[in-house]
Amino acid sequence: MSEIVDILISASFWAAVIRIASPLILATMGELICERAGVLNLGIEGIMVIGAFTGWMAVYQGMPLWGGVAVAMAAGMLFGLLHSTLTVPFGLSQHVVGLGVTLLATASASFAYRLMLPEVTSPPKIQPFQPLSIPGLSDLPWIGTALSQTALTWAAFAVAGLVAFTLYRTPLGLAVRAVGENPAAVEAQGLSATGLRMGAVIVGSGLMAVGGAFLTLSAFSSFFFEMVNGRGWICIALVVFGAWKPGKAVLGAILFAAFDALQIRLQQTSLGAVLPYQLFLALPFILSILALILMSRRAEVPAALMVPYNKGER
Amino acid sequence: MRLEPIPNPSAARRLGLPALALVATLGVAMALALIAGANPLAVLGQIAKGALGSKLAILETLNRATPLIFTGLAVAVAFRAKLWNIGAEAQLYAGAIVAVLLGTGALGSPLVLPVSALAAMLAGAALLLGPVLLKTRLGVDEVVTTLLLNFIMLLFVSYLLEGPLKDPMGMGWPKSPALIPEARLPRIVDGLRLHWGFALAIIAAVVVWVIQTRTTLGFEIRAVGQNPEAARFAGMPVNTVLVKTALLSGGLAALAGWSEVAGLKGHLSSDLSPGFGYTGIIVAMLALLHPLGVILTAIFVAGIFVGSDAMSRAAGVPTYIADMLLATALLFMVLAILLTRVRVVRG
Repeated sequence: MSEIVDILISASFWAAVIRIASPLILATMGELICERAGVLNLGIEGIMVIGAFTGWMAVYQGMPLWGGVAVAMAAGMLFGLLHSTLTVPFGLSQHVVGLGVTLLATASASFAYRLMLPEVTSPPKIQPFQPLSIPGLSDLPWIGTALSQTALTWAAFAVAGLVAFTLYRTPLGLAVRAVGENPAAVEAQGLSATGLRMGAVIVGSGLMAVGGAFLTLSAFSSFFFEMVNGRGWICIALVVFGAWKPGKAVLGAILFAAFDALQIRLQQTSLGAVLPYQLFLALPFILSILALILMSRRAEVPAALMVPYNKGER
Repeated sequence: MRLEPIPNPSAARRLGLPALALVATLGVAMALALIAGANPLAVLGQIAKGALGSKLAILETLNRATPLIFTGLAVAVAFRAKLWNIGAEAQLYAGAIVAVLLGTGALGSPLVLPVSALAAMLAGAALLLGPVLLKTRLGVDEVVTTLLLNFIMLLFVSYLLEGPLKDPMGMGWPKSPALIPEARLPRIVDGLRLHWGFALAIIAAVVVWVIQTRTTLGFEIRAVGQNPEAARFAGMPVNTVLVKTALLSGGLAALAGWSEVAGLKGHLSSDLSPGFGYTGIIVAMLALLHPLGVILTAIFVAGIFVGSDAMSRAAGVPTYIADMLLATALLFMVLAILLTRVRVVRG
């Protein structure tokens, strides 16, 4: 027990929590925007892969780090365009299209990787984002260590704030939320339900891809095929856990990251000597399922989530 | 733009558009070959030759199709009821684990094969029962729970292979001990490398087809899939139908893993399935969820994989071209099927 307390009060633990939460926050915000507009985006897992790959490849080819982020975002938006074209105006099954987009995006990343680096056995490394040194803050004893984070982490939290502000404090956000509840009413206001939904999916997919790019550009400095490893699906669970609200979703991501950081450290303790390491690795997935069960009764699902809107039908 | 239903779509429209989807996929294949700096027609030819060019190639394609028929059926059965079982991968491994548990000496001939097949189906069914009960009782979305279970299952398999099911003779490789000969599925024809799992898969497809077209359950599954509210209003036990569908779907997916272990590999390793569970979704969708169609599309999809492996060795185009083509085919096909029923009009 004292081992766990030691972990929980260490600054490096909380630094890891914030680091692990960052890609989850970005991708969860992306999914949240899509779902608030009424579209479930199961492309998230593949879009994170394509973001991780394109961002890393752009930097490896000589672009600056922020250029890599932009490339990842553009690639994500492209797959968002594909997803939303099929699910919004054509109203195709969001389940099938989403899984198709995930398969296509994942395969595209693998194909392009092998095409561009046919001979390599271990992927080349890039120089990733470095922790920012903030005058005054970085010198503080405990907080300085915990907040020793890269610019992309700060950006992730800024994005969450921006998403919350846009959704609840701007006419655009009101329209996006409305189109997820009652698209016909939005059309009656003279706005395009199709345009709003497609826009939300495209922007959301861009954020998911940046979440993926965080893994290569800020966390691991290299690209591996299995590196996203279910994080996209976990983000879908986080949206439900956060009851489709940005603030709660961020808290969920941090809570989740805390468990993830804890399980990595617990493997090194006396507990890790007794229990198989696979149990620790499975903890994030088990927690996600528990979170879904816990929130099942309380969730305020957008009323028109997964309901296609066709002007012809009344 | 908006969509307008076509009252009586012509045969040309109903058959032509899906055919067009396949032609468009071929176009994408050729474009990818060009991007990779290879001759597009030669690449297509090598894929076809690699999949069907020799007796050995055909047998390899049929062997690869076997688990895909099972997972394709599992998905087709579930999706027909709009039960989104994306967990076929985990259910496959549940079946594979049972094949090892019962096939390494716990049971002898002649009981071992039928008993372990049934037990595998029960294990797969049990694995899907949790998510479906969470759906019917608490409204928890089964897509996410079944997806997450895939990851948990793979870690569980990894634990088993390094612990309780570790092969003491495995030289450090994480694999299970080999099945006893009585627990192995024999070959259909002596000397030909094709096991009885393939025949069982065909039988399973016919059984599913009979269930869907000739039984009350089949009728109920379709009714629940088309409109659960109407089905409930008509007095159908919607939740019971969903649970029965899940048991069937999970059981079918488990047979994929069971037959891979008992028929092909003879042991369990964590690379038993290169995503057969996920590919089953493509197989089922290309077959328009028709159980007999699944046989054909599974062979087609297996051919693309086997052919692309051979082509990749010869032409140097990455073998991942197969995954890209199949994902593209899936998206083209769902769009083509929609356009057989509706037309796009302005305004």
